[in-house]
Amino acid sequence: MSSETSHAPLGFWRSHVFSTDHKVIAKQYLSLGLFWALMGGATAYLIRWQIAHPDTEAPGWGFIAPDFYNMLVTMHGTIMVFFVAMPILLAAFGNFLIPLMIGAKDMAFPRLNMLSFWVFFLASVVLMTSFFVPGGAAAAGWTGYPPLSAKMEYTGVGWGMNLWLLALALEFASFLLGGVNFLTTAMNMRAPGLTWFRLPVVVWMQLTAAVIFMLSVGPLIAGAVMLLMDRIIGTTFFLPEGGGEPLLWQHLFWFFGHPEVYVILLPGLGIVLDVISVFSRKPVFAYRPIIYSTIIAGFMSFIVWAHHQFISGINPRLAMPFSITTIIISVPFAFVIFSMIATLWRASITFSAAMLFALGTLGVFIFGGITGIFNGSAPVDIYIHDTYFVVAHFHYTLFSSVFFGGFAGLYFWFPKMFGRMMNEALGKIHFWLTFVFFNSVFIPMHLVGLRGMMRRIANPMQYEFLKPLEPLNQFITLSAILLLLSQLFFVINFFMSLARGKAAERNPWQANTLEWTTTSPPPHENFSTTPTVHRGPYEYSSPESAEDWLPQDQPLNAPRAAAR
Amino acid sequence: MSNWFPENVSTFGGDVDSIFWLIFYITTVWFFITEGLIVYFAFRYRRKPGGKAAYVLGDTTVQLAWILVPLAIVVVLDLVIDIRGAEVWAKIKGQPPPADVTVRAMGKQFNWGFTYPGPDGKFGTEDDLQIDNDLHVPVGKVVHVILTSKDVIHSFFLPHARLKQDVVPGREIPAWFQISKPGEYEIPCAELCGFGHSGMNGKLYAHSAEDYEKWHKERWPEGAQQTTTKG
Amino acid sequence: MNADTATMSGATVPPGKTGTWWFLASEIPVFGGLIASYIVVRLGSAGWGEASGHLSFTLALINTFLLLTSSMTVVMAHAASEESNYRSVAKFLGLTILLGLGFLGVKAVEYTTEIAHGFTPASGIFWSFYYGMTGLHGLHVLAGIIVNVVLWIGALKGSLAQNRHRVELAGLYWHFVDIVWIFLFPLLYLA
Repeated sequence: MSSETSHAPLGFWRSHVFSTDHKVIAKQYLSLGLFWALMGGATAYLIRWQIAHPDTEAPGWGFIAPDFYNMLVTMHGTIMVFFVAMPILLAAFGNFLIPLMIGAKDMAFPRLNMLSFWVFFLASVVLMTSFFVPGGAAAAGWTGYPPLSAKMEYTGVGWGMNLWLLALALEFASFLLGGVNFLTTAMNMRAPGLTWFRLPVVVWMQLTAAVIFMLSVGPLIAGAVMLLMDRIIGTTFFLPEGGGEPLLWQHLFWFFGHPEVYVILLPGLGIVLDVISVFSRKPVFAYRPIIYSTIIAGFMSFIVWAHHQFISGINPRLAMPFSITTIIISVPFAFVIFSMIATLWRASITFSAAMLFALGTLGVFIFGGITGIFNGSAPVDIYIHDTYFVVAHFHYTLFSSVFFGGFAGLYFWFPKMFGRMMNEALGKIHFWLTFVFFNSVFIPMHLVGLRGMMRRIANPMQYEFLKPLEPLNQFITLSAILLLLSQLFFVINFFMSLARGKAAERNPWQANTLEWTTTSPPPHENFSTTPTVHRGPYEYSSPESAEDWLPQDQPLNAPRAAAR
Repeated sequence: MSNWFPENVSTFGGDVDSIFWLIFYITTVWFFITEGLIVYFAFRYRRKPGGKAAYVLGDTTVQLAWILVPLAIVVVLDLVIDIRGAEVWAKIKGQPPPADVTVRAMGKQFNWGFTYPGPDGKFGTEDDLQIDNDLHVPVGKVVHVILTSKDVIHSFFLPHARLKQDVVPGREIPAWFQISKPGEYEIPCAELCGFGHSGMNGKLYAHSAEDYEKWHKERWPEGAQQTTTKG
Repeated sequence: MNADTATMSGATVPPGKTGTWWFLASEIPVFGGLIASYIVVRLGSAGWGEASGHLSFTLALINTFLLLTSSMTVVMAHAASEESNYRSVAKFLGLTILLGLGFLGVKAVEYTTEIAHGFTPASGIFWSFYYGMTGLHGLHVLAGIIVNVVLWIGALKGSLAQNRHRVELAGLYWHFVDIVWIFLFPLLYLA
């Protein structure tokens, strides 16, 4: 299974489009993910416009009918989770970094890797197509609960929902193949000396996320097949009139759905830990326990799912066990968070754009983790379930990982990926605007939820008890528009830097991990000779070195002046 | 802040709110400690010329204790929240107190269909009354609602009672409440149920004893007035 | 400091096998989810004995025999590949393919008979699960047959020699498909 590479130059198509090079594939995932982020942002704009100014024309679009609104909220969730978070955090960063960080030439299965991307591309085409079929795209929520989703007459959506299921199935297949690749590569192709506990946290997080994904997605694949069969060939898995059980879908969905949020969270946390370490010039605090905590959290993620179903009609006696597991799963994550904070203690911090975003991830995630405690308490959930409090909660936890964490990673690894430096000043402006506007969107949203505003309603003014929320909802919408516009600073910086950024050296951040030992960008096959690893990845400010960094592949007892 | 929530008018609503506030006070303390430390460390340990970071691995007992002790406190507080919460959950979703009034509620696209058993106290008899969206109950009495759905999953939400329960087709799910103050309160649907989900709204009319008698007499002029029914 | 000079790459398990095991690990929850759903929904229902009585136990028994035999022939194909005996590989792979096609053929007969008697996927929850589970399983059998055909052609042409480990990997997948059937058979036909 070695990657037989021809050293003859490949044409444009083989090197840029149908490439088996993990770095090219990573950028393909990144591009497609960023494209979908634009689509996701567009849906967010229209949703927020309709809530704040119901039944008026959204500038640049027009009127938003109630069924179109349902489609918007559905596609917003589906796009952000499956077509933005997964491809950017897992596929793009995982593909780019894993071989480089372990000193390998490429992934274990380069052609399978290429296939994974094109399956994802196909999934994207299918999802995009679903917008244009008669009846429009899926409109039963990203959670797709039957019977609403199981019979066409309940939503009026026909092929749109079938294509949605197909797109998801293809996306799952793509990431399953990717997971096989990540795990096999890390197990088999680490450089000499690179023991498991000398791997950067980034790699550990990617691998844990891959395992969680691969073991949890199966039941939802089964469920998607069942739902598709209900819709197309008349089975009644989820339809009570045929002896079926609507709640069965919920269990299948959330058995996957909850581990999935950790699949999205962990890569973001990994990026944050690595970035904080580099810009603090300090080792990651309690590296090994962090790994253990992460693995424990991974296991536990499989036993909390019904906290999404406390009042769904499941036996009320099931609520407390799941409430307990849910509240306990906060413990390993609290460990990781406390360790991140401890990494800052007695550090020497540089506030680069990447570091700002990493700290932003940490700060925002803590807030989201805290509101998770409210949601995890079954009696409180009676009131806040299906309100905007939940929406606020998960935007804090997911947005922190995907966007703050993702941007931290992009600003940090852009030089390695593209061979150019990004503009730091624009990056800092991007951070502060994003941070301020993100909080001004989502902090008030908690209040909106606590007032009782339900999710997925197109017009809160139809309810007397929600009328006082009008100014707050308008404030949120304005902030959301400003948040979206702030991303222009990133877009401009990204393209400007690609075209005219300062040429990047090998190791602009003076970081220790293996990707920084090769050129920026790395050549095909990454390393001129396979590195040998002599130490862990976080030897910053080590007494063994006069400098405040010590690369993993630096030979032992090299003729350098030792500190002290 | 407590005026921000919709006014609570049910007997168990205060219990729900009290768990909310318990969690709020506990988590607010943690919030300020953690976020405060981040901000403080960011300033205190910013890079200074000639400054160097300390080579701290977090692998000694003393260093780990700084993490593990707060973690233990988190666990204890989590358990407190769960134990207090379990009592409230059992009160609302467990064995309900005996019913004074029973009503059937059917969620459908896009209304609540209420069925009253009438003076004979039995469903499925001639004196049953079916009204869309209007739920009339007496104040100070235990009301049992038997929840079903005609088509898709809806959710029976009484914000002013802090009550919510999904309604699932093919099932009959019980819920109960007791209102302590007369008034009119909304019953929105809290589960996406189709294009009419927004605007699907019922009205709870909680009547004083006299008003309830009056309403009952208007509906059932012949039947003996009863405020105690069997489901 | 020996760890530094020890070779970490080139682990004892070849990448293809590691990859195949991870792939199978991800497939298990797919059928696991379906089977668990079937069990839970069935246990919570009034009873599906009447519906399942309309299935042909005999045909299913034949299918079980066909699949078990095919697992044996694929093991023999693997053994032959270890000895680089490609004629034997082709023979045993060919048998495996035929047995697999036989399985699908019997399933086709079952489906047409059941549908002719009015038992379609829309005939109720038992039939939803029956067609869903055996259908998804059948698709997996078909995929396995296709993989085996590709390897069979390679064995005949001699090109398999460069990748003979793939026979073992295909065998692993085939065993998985067989094991799923071993669960489906009693759950659908015997319970």
